[in-house]
Amino acid sequence: MGERTIIPFGPQHPVLPEPLHLDLVLEDEKVVGAVPSIGFVHRGLEKLVEKRDFQEMAFVIERICGICSFIHGQGYVQTIEAIMNVEIPDRARYLRSFWGELSRVHSHLLWAGLMADAFGFESLFMHCWRVREKVLDIFEETTGGRVIHSVCKIGGLWKNVDNDTLQRIGAVLREVAKEIQPLADVFRRDYTVQKRCVGLGLLTKEEAFQLGAVGPMLRASGVAMDARKLGYAAYGELEFEPVTETGGDCQARTLVRIGEIYQSLDLIRQCIEKMPDGEVAVPVKGNPQGEFLSRLEQPRGEAIYYGKGDGTKYLDRFRVRTPTFANLIPLLHVLPGCDLADVPLLALTIDPCISCTER
Amino acid sequence: MSFLPKSPWLVHYDASSCNGCDIEVLACLTPIYDVERFGVLNIGNPKHADIFVVTGSVNEQNKTVVKNIYDQMAEPKVVVAVGACASSGGIFRECYNVSGGVDTVIPVDVYVPGCAARPEAIIDGVVQGLGVLEAKYQEKGKAAS
Repeated sequence: MGERTIIPFGPQHPVLPEPLHLDLVLEDEKVVGAVPSIGFVHRGLEKLVEKRDFQEMAFVIERICGICSFIHGQGYVQTIEAIMNVEIPDRARYLRSFWGELSRVHSHLLWAGLMADAFGFESLFMHCWRVREKVLDIFEETTGGRVIHSVCKIGGLWKNVDNDTLQRIGAVLREVAKEIQPLADVFRRDYTVQKRCVGLGLLTKEEAFQLGAVGPMLRASGVAMDARKLGYAAYGELEFEPVTETGGDCQARTLVRIGEIYQSLDLIRQCIEKMPDGEVAVPVKGNPQGEFLSRLEQPRGEAIYYGKGDGTKYLDRFRVRTPTFANLIPLLHVLPGCDLADVPLLALTIDPCISCTER
Repeated sequence: MSFLPKSPWLVHYDASSCNGCDIEVLACLTPIYDVERFGVLNIGNPKHADIFVVTGSVNEQNKTVVKNIYDQMAEPKVVVAVGACASSGGIFRECYNVSGGVDTVIPVDVYVPGCAARPEAIIDGVVQGLGVLEAKYQEKGKAAS
């Protein structure tokens, strides 16, 4: 038993693109405790609802996070549409699912790259991001932006995508699926990856459920919970089952995300096949009055959006519960007992999105 | 500029960005853009870096972190503010916890516009930063090469 040392981890750390600060209490090489401190990215944008009207807020909410930007925008407009009883056209619902799943593919590929970087597999990182660029190209072609899209508006969408383009995107994504295959094999079978991931950060089914884990973190422990099953946007008419693993370790979480990339590609294929014709937006009149809480599945897990309007063009309150916030508690649970060298890996395994969490 | 006077290493810090600019900074380092072929390295240690790439606006909590990283870098150094938030506060400038662009804390040499800034714009900003770096070297009486 050695002396206790406190090592500060972050906020500026080579492995973290974002500022998360952990005070790690160490005994020799073993972590015995971790104290997080946050607030480095806090902007206070929920309070902006008092200064921006409810239409403009859609653009602000999308900028909660640049990785899950589309789904944040979708969550916001879905909440306001529910308050105002707006029924959006079918094509808009399908296109929202289409872009939502593209976001998931891009987010999971991004995560896979960062994860590879965290265990020092630089070439795998580069290849994951190379494939991801093709997804971003599709985003740029259809929405005009690579990471911030601003296509959701209350009542539908700002932009339509014609059927020919959709068919062509379908063909591109089939190529993407082929390119992901060798990368997925490395994550699934490579000796060095297994050495770093198998058995690390074990979270049992009961623990994951009780600690309130969400998304891939929860599904990797064997709980088949996915907010998309609620059937928002077009998900009620698409066929899919939540991807689950039973391992509960870093390897299982990696496999869940790899599985979800394929699942998302399949969902996009279904969206393109079933895409209804017609308009993508309906006119919206009046101001929101009332409150609503909606749940969406972000790439990182379930996010909750709450909005309250008082009949003026400024909302009374808007609140987001982001998936990383829910997953921080399980992270603090798995950190004690691990080696210092595994901390970056464990921090990444929850797919942290600090700017979502702190807003 | 027809050639690079030196291989610039950069340190990146996300002040309070939405991640949009951060992942674009990272995208510059990966295939398609691949700035490493010009000798540009993203390095974790501020003491090794010539260029400080900051994304996002500053607030009370990260003010000292930004200042700290800047102070640790060896002279001469260049600060590139990437994105609308780092330049002026951007869409969040009226938020209660945002005190403005990065230039409220440290001197900024190059501003890169965009929300989120495109990788091409970021690379252009870093290249312009190199020109500033070269000028700073000459001011100190020695060329970078």
